[in-house]
Amino acid sequence: MSISLTRETAPAVLVQRRLPFALMGLLLIAFVVVPLTGNDYWLNAILIPFLVLSLAGLGLNLLTGYTGQTSVGAAGFMAVGAFATYGFLLRLPEVGLPVALLGGGLISALVGFVFGLPSSRIKGFYLMVSTLAAQFFLEWLFVKFPWFYNYGSSGTITAPRLALFGHDLNTPLGRYLLTLSTVLLLTWVALNLVKSQIGRNWMAIRDMDTAAAVIGIPVARYKHLAFAVSSFYLGIAGALWAFAYLGTASASSFDINRSFQILFIIIIGGMGSIAGNFVGAAFISLLPILLSHAGQALLGGAVDAGQLQNLQKIIFGVLIILFLIKEPEGLIRLLSNLRERLSHWPLRF
Amino acid sequence: MRASLKRSLIGAALTLAVFGSAVPPAMASPDQQFFPLATYRVGAYASSGVQVWAGMIDYLNYINEVEGGINGVKLVWQECETEWTAEKGIECYERFKKGLDGAPVAVYQPNGAPAAYALSERAEVDKIPLITLGYGRTEATDGTVFPYNFPVMLTFYSEASSLINYIAQREGGFDKLKGKKIATVYHDSAYGRETLGPLKLLAEKYGFENIQIPVADPGNEQSAQWRQIRQLNPDWVFLRTWGVSTPVAVKTAARFGFPVDHIVGDIWASSSEDVLPAGAAAKGYLALTPYPAGTDFEIHKRLKQYILDKGKSDLKDLKNFGSVYYNSGLVNAAVAVEAIRTAQAKFGKRPLNGEEGRWGLEHLNIDDARLKDMGYFGLMQNLKLSCKDHEGGGSARVQQWDGANWTLISDWIAADRALLRPLIDEKSAAFAKEKGLTPRTCTGDE
Repeated sequence: MSISLTRETAPAVLVQRRLPFALMGLLLIAFVVVPLTGNDYWLNAILIPFLVLSLAGLGLNLLTGYTGQTSVGAAGFMAVGAFATYGFLLRLPEVGLPVALLGGGLISALVGFVFGLPSSRIKGFYLMVSTLAAQFFLEWLFVKFPWFYNYGSSGTITAPRLALFGHDLNTPLGRYLLTLSTVLLLTWVALNLVKSQIGRNWMAIRDMDTAAAVIGIPVARYKHLAFAVSSFYLGIAGALWAFAYLGTASASSFDINRSFQILFIIIIGGMGSIAGNFVGAAFISLLPILLSHAGQALLGGAVDAGQLQNLQKIIFGVLIILFLIKEPEGLIRLLSNLRERLSHWPLRF
Repeated sequence: MRASLKRSLIGAALTLAVFGSAVPPAMASPDQQFFPLATYRVGAYASSGVQVWAGMIDYLNYINEVEGGINGVKLVWQECETEWTAEKGIECYERFKKGLDGAPVAVYQPNGAPAAYALSERAEVDKIPLITLGYGRTEATDGTVFPYNFPVMLTFYSEASSLINYIAQREGGFDKLKGKKIATVYHDSAYGRETLGPLKLLAEKYGFENIQIPVADPGNEQSAQWRQIRQLNPDWVFLRTWGVSTPVAVKTAARFGFPVDHIVGDIWASSSEDVLPAGAAAKGYLALTPYPAGTDFEIHKRLKQYILDKGKSDLKDLKNFGSVYYNSGLVNAAVAVEAIRTAQAKFGKRPLNGEEGRWGLEHLNIDDARLKDMGYFGLMQNLKLSCKDHEGGGSARVQQWDGANWTLISDWIAADRALLRPLIDEKSAAFAKEKGLTPRTCTGDE
């Protein structure tokens, strides 16, 4: 005899899964409204970089936010992805764009795995230094050996013709849809990954690696896996940054400042959160543009141009500090607190 | 709790209201020519940038106020901060490429290597000519493959060739180069490595010994490199550093006893900011430049009379008037203005778009007579561009630092561009093949 699942017999099972209307609305906007209404400026200068930086943040968050391994080499792995994808598209053009992207990601994962090996012995600041070495080594590598950039005079790589199943993707809209689809797919994978056994093991290692080892999690193996998966994401983000966004990139497009930028995205957005990367990327990449437009509109011509630029930097910095004081766990926590409060509003709790 | 929530919401609403209600001041109108200024006033290169923008803005002001615009068409400009990065540079370009309030863009200057690389292909699609003076892709001088890229005046290839020609002049002829040792100390980056190819070719042709010594970024410790120089004892050193690595190189050279008057700095190691930190050690240092320092040129007299003395200059510190960077701003602005002027001769005296701007650039011909009219004689070289050739000049002057000022010690020294052309054509052909492009044919009337 079996007991049927009712509220009385199994209350926990009956948590109703509602359709995520908010998410569906967002996707509808991203896939339908934006292509219909977006102009070149919005697509090229705002949405594409925002999406790519979100993906890069996601990659680093898997490593730093979920597994607790600090890294300042994110941009180095992005460079690997960009140069590897370029290599595939240049030397094996018959494989096509999706395979080249995937290949770039896999090579980047391999490189990430190698540079993640020290994580089995060292952690914290010491590990950070080894990822810093990765950053400098990879940047040097792609300047030193002209083979990587096909012996061009300026050390730059340029997107070969982006095409998918015969469709030309070299329009702003094509590049936007390519970026959006890739980011969406990888975000969905990441969401499932962090809820799986692998994700739970990562979080156990982050929270206390000794305890994780005691309950039988192979700590070193999962740390290496985190490095590989994180680098895979970063590699694909790097390829998109180079080809869907910049168009022409060089090793200096992936310098240490880019690594810091991505680290700031996850710190400000929220460590150990998937949605936080998008919020953080929006803050880091879009707010300066908003400030710049606002500054131009409100004070353009009235205030000395140099001081206006410095003023924007000051406001941006102050906002970062204020937000982190208000909520050290990142903007995503701030937003969820706000939502919580609004859902009870006007009642107190 | 509730009060603080209410306060946050009110705050957010107020912020939105302020940003939302802001209407951009009506500055431009469709009968004006828009002149976008992608500037960097913050970030690592701001100190040189502010002088460049001052030069540009002063010249544009001069054109508007003294000459009444370009043939009566007034210029209108707006700044956008790039911080010398690619992504901000793209944002500015996308913001400006459609013009401002109906005033169109004829030419665009990305002002920064990362942005120039990132924009080189967008410009081809949008049909907006990019002027990159002294930087940008060298192979883009091939106008058949890159119709909208204009690395005008002096590419790094031409720079290397000018240097060798200058040394030959100093040594007393090309035949004297045989057996000489010429060392290049270069910043180990894409920029620094660009002269490896041309110098190898030149060494084969003239028989000098070609020594290449890299300096890793940022280059604030160069004992190893200069020890090596002392051992090899070259006759000349070509210094292709930038930023902090230049003064460090000059100081270290002095420490190792290499004569500073046999070091020739390249275009990015040729400003006062490059030598002042080296102090007395820099006295006698030589530098190649397509825009020499100085205030004795005719244009400076005009600017002083109409702009500086009337308090309209954009310079924060008037002692930078006539600095290398200020003069580079003047030259940059003049190339753009002359291109628009040339195009107006064909398309009429009205604001022009990018395609018309390209026509103007490809038919640009600034000869000595024109330079004298403009007041640029001596400050700027002759520049004749064509559909095929997007570099034009290919000359540099050599200036010497006397401890306080630069003195010009040579006339314009032309590069042997015919010799280097095959190297460049090879690169541009490789690029065209990689991208599946068909180079356009130049018939003379495109």
